[in-house]
Amino acid sequence: MTSVRLGEPHAGSGEAVASLARLPNRIGALCLVELQKLRHDRTELVTRSIQPALWLLIFGTTFTRIRAIPTGNVPYLDFLAPGILAQSALFISIFFGIQVIWERDAGVLAKLLVTPTPRAALVTAKAFAAGVRAIAQVVIVLVLAALLGVDLTVNPLRWLAAVLVVVLGSAFFCCLSITIAGLVLTRERLMGIGQAITMPLFFASNALYPVAIMPVWLKVLSRVNPLSYEVDALRGMLVGTPHNLALDVVVLVVAAAASISVASALLGRLAR
Amino acid sequence: MAEQVAVRRATALRASGLIYRFGQHVAVDHVDLDVAAGEAFGLLGPNGAGKTTTIRIMTTLLPVQEGEVDVFGRDVRRAKMAVRRSIGYLPQQLSADAALTGRENVALFARLFDVPSRERRDRVAEVLDAVGLTPSADRLAKTYSGGMVRRLELAQALVNRPRMLILDEPTIGLDPIARGDVWQHVRDLRESTGMTVLLTTHYMDEADQMCDRIALMHEGSIRACGPPDELKATLGPGTTLEEVFRHYTGGTLDEQGGSFRDVRQTRRTARRLG
Ligand SMILES: Nc1ncnc2c1ncn2[C@@H]1O[C@H](COP(=O)(O)OP(=O)(O)OP(=O)(O)O)[C@@H](O)[C@H]1O
Ligand SMILES: [Mg+2]
Repeated sequence: MTSVRLGEPHAGSGEAVASLARLPNRIGALCLVELQKLRHDRTELVTRSIQPALWLLIFGTTFTRIRAIPTGNVPYLDFLAPGILAQSALFISIFFGIQVIWERDAGVLAKLLVTPTPRAALVTAKAFAAGVRAIAQVVIVLVLAALLGVDLTVNPLRWLAAVLVVVLGSAFFCCLSITIAGLVLTRERLMGIGQAITMPLFFASNALYPVAIMPVWLKVLSRVNPLSYEVDALRGMLVGTPHNLALDVVVLVVAAAASISVASALLGRLAR
Repeated sequence: MAEQVAVRRATALRASGLIYRFGQHVAVDHVDLDVAAGEAFGLLGPNGAGKTTTIRIMTTLLPVQEGEVDVFGRDVRRAKMAVRRSIGYLPQQLSADAALTGRENVALFARLFDVPSRERRDRVAEVLDAVGLTPSADRLAKTYSGGMVRRLELAQALVNRPRMLILDEPTIGLDPIARGDVWQHVRDLRESTGMTVLLTTHYMDEADQMCDRIALMHEGSIRACGPPDELKATLGPGTTLEEVFRHYTGGTLDEQGGSFRDVRQTRRTARRLG
């Protein structure tokens, strides 16, 4: 009945080059898993849309009507939509550190770490998986925004750029949370820290209001907050506000790369 | 001398002078092991003996603090990737992704072990069949019983066709039928492939039946090592492994060692998935 055979021993030389070549396959495998989970349980996709929907529906429409926040010639709701989109991507990716701890507690991480996959590849794959997961969420928020009358671009290239930006931003926040997970090691502590930083990250960015009306200290915080660059790019791409896409992408790429390398260095700690 | 070399089989695993400390606590204390290719080798000991720690060093999960470990001639410290390719590992805990189906769980590992895409689908089906999970392959793993999860994990470990299977308490928390079932699959596998198996357990009878050789581990060190029959014979006819164990460690498996942490960890393994 058992028809399993023994494998040939693999050559060990050139392992570094070979593992680099296999990176896309690894990333593909772990992104696929993310989509499979989403397919098995779609309720999360819906429940996680409630909060952004409320922001758009209540906060957005109210502030659009009372014109309390000066957003130039774009309606406030249009200004807000990309910010809320970035926020929902942030909330999803910040959750990935908790997922990694959960996988550690469930013994799954140990098995992943015993596959011939470099730590950096596992983390990069998680980062992309967070991006894929965020995109699924973002689509729902965008549909909502369109229904509320937000004037979204129809240019496919701009859509593509927006997708790239969401993936980069999610990669950064995902690896930020894996990094924290690698430092604090327990789910409770990570949840505490996660809750303590997500709202400040959101409020200390340009997601809700333009940088121009911020007090100086908030301007500084917003300037060092990668979320601001994500929002700037998304707003520019989706509703056509003035933006600096090159700078935004460079900041996001550097932030993502840095957080991936720090998170990979710390990942092994979780399995000790 | 020449004869001896010719007779000796290839070595699957060799550890010498292995020491591992968690802070001040010495969990593994000067362990030497030699497992021949094709052998079924059992590491036996009570809670907290250091079995899992030893295994986690061999699987590259823990760093080699002191001593040497080779797996099929590759140094665990230097050739991590090669070592990982050559082993299939079942951790002590039931560990499959509860939110994926059985097939998806195995397919993920097929990809992570670089099974060529042409063969992937067939190989995944083949190992699922080998552990008798074909009928439930497309159900979510969270609906599986403990025994099914363990068999799923076997399939995950086998999809890579490893040269050595490392099983950390593969039957812990399973009912007697599921236990017998897991061992039957391991036995079938050995028969058809001659795969090396390194396992830990604290069920003496299982070790007695499954293993060519066993090592008795206690408080981090190996107290005795050899074929079960030889170990029993040293204490005269009619001895059980239980008695052998008591002889070498001065205690029984049940009452020795086992801090609260150990017991809690063990109990967690007995629960179902997520
Ligand atoms: N991560 C850890 N941090 C601190 N101490 C640990 C850790 N893991 C294990 N230990 C300690 O090391 C010793 C050996 O533990 P180990 O898990 O290797 O034992 P074991 O033989 O596998 O026991 P069991 O039968 O309970 O699985 C124990 O005293 C345990 O408390
Ligand atoms: Mg153990």
